[in-house]
Amino acid sequence: MSEIENKAEHGSMDGAGECAAGDPKDDKGLGLGVIFFMVAFLVCFLSGWLLFPKLLYSKHEQPFNFDHELHTAEAGDCESCHFLREDGTWSGIPNLASCMECHTDEPMGETEDEAIFCEEYVAKEKEVPWFVYSKQPDCVFFSHAAHINGENAAGKMDCKTCHGPIGESTSSRPYEENRITGYSRDIWGKNIWGFKKHSWDRMKMDDCANCHVEMDGHKGYCFQCHK
Amino acid sequence: MIQHENAHKFGMVVDLDKCTGCGSCMVSCMAENNVPFKEDETRKKDSITWMRVYKLTNGKPFPETEVVYMPRPCQHCSGLGDHGHSPCVSVCPATATDYGYDTGIVSQIYTRCFGCRYCMGACPYHARYFNWWDPKWPEGQENYLSPNVSPRMRGVVEKCSFCYHRYQLAREKGYMEEREIEENEYQTACTTACPAGAITFGDLNNPEHEVTKIVKPDPHPDPMNKNVVGKSRNPKVFRLLERLGTNTKVYYMSEREWVRKAGDNYLDGEWDKRKNHHGSSSDHG
Repeated sequence: MSEIENKAEHGSMDGAGECAAGDPKDDKGLGLGVIFFMVAFLVCFLSGWLLFPKLLYSKHEQPFNFDHELHTAEAGDCESCHFLREDGTWSGIPNLASCMECHTDEPMGETEDEAIFCEEYVAKEKEVPWFVYSKQPDCVFFSHAAHINGENAAGKMDCKTCHGPIGESTSSRPYEENRITGYSRDIWGKNIWGFKKHSWDRMKMDDCANCHVEMDGHKGYCFQCHK
Repeated sequence: MIQHENAHKFGMVVDLDKCTGCGSCMVSCMAENNVPFKEDETRKKDSITWMRVYKLTNGKPFPETEVVYMPRPCQHCSGLGDHGHSPCVSVCPATATDYGYDTGIVSQIYTRCFGCRYCMGACPYHARYFNWWDPKWPEGQENYLSPNVSPRMRGVVEKCSFCYHRYQLAREKGYMEEREIEENEYQTACTTACPAGAITFGDLNNPEHEVTKIVKPDPHPDPMNKNVVGKSRNPKVFRLLERLGTNTKVYYMSEREWVRKAGDNYLDGEWDKRKNHHGSSSDHG
């Protein structure tokens, strides 16, 4: 039993005087206090470490599974579906019309996912509401053209540097959204310490700035990437 | 600071003799930049106008009364001696606003701003506005907002950006076609909307651009005040509160002397001395 609890039991009328005397024989409470502190610290630390990220992010499954590996084998590299438009803007995730260049409302394969795609979206002429893992906050301006079609080596980056080996994936992982900010988890990254193993593990402002400092010698002015 | 060999310095010149005060620049600016309007736009402490048209008069009784309308966007000051220390940039404790040495444009990052409003106090031109409320649009109008400009939330300061998103989009096209952007590819919304063609926008560092041809900015410091750089060599062109050394990049132009005099505050007789010093006796009053 800790000193504080003792104090509470004895009541506040005479408690103050007694405790202030500080009997040296009565220090077994200190050991208990340390243990209590350690246990409480561990509980808080672990719940913060393991539970908090689970609570912080909500998970959404994609409308249906998408097999990148299959599509790159059939259709070619990334640029076949994700490309720069003539005015330099980025096409992003292809719309239904792009998919329909190959697909019809009759499934080509036998997967359940393609059946969903044909029934729910192609037949009804509805766009697929994909969740975009790499979606940046609203205040960010990112120019794919500057990074792919730019002047020097920095302007000739490959997709993998930022997006990782997504072209080799066979299934779509769940999209995780930060409940507070509404941002995709890919912005902060999976690692809660913020350690990076790969260049695509995290896409915060500092990650952009680090590369810009390396390539241009300067991280640039605010408006270069903000709108 | 990046040392730019071919840095731009975007600026504009407004011909006040052409401006009719129609307000097209204000409307186009609000539409372009997702500026919310208020239920009561007459409350000027609440309303937000990145571009605002002021009315000036010569103060004389009829029939000599003359009126001039003066559109005022953010002046994009380059600060004392043209070093990029704009009044607002110098005071921001959050680095929510910075000076782009590559474009000469003063930025404002809404997600970084925490609303202390020091910049509003520092700005000599009242070009900055505070969001007292979250923006509210009539139902369905959100669908018509520009995706190229992020809307602002309650508690942050906003201001004219010289339609920087238009520069970003023009550059994307430039990258695509592997070339530099041209003068007419980056023009602000107010410039393109002005029916009188009173606003000319361009790169003040590029002698080919129309704005440079009109303004003829002096690259050397003013011998009378070394803080002033980029003073116009065109006797009709002036800047607002030029002697402060804010080195604004928005120039104004008028044939009329009283209008040019209205661009600053002068002691009795000071204007005449200044006028004579510059040898602009051929101007008409």
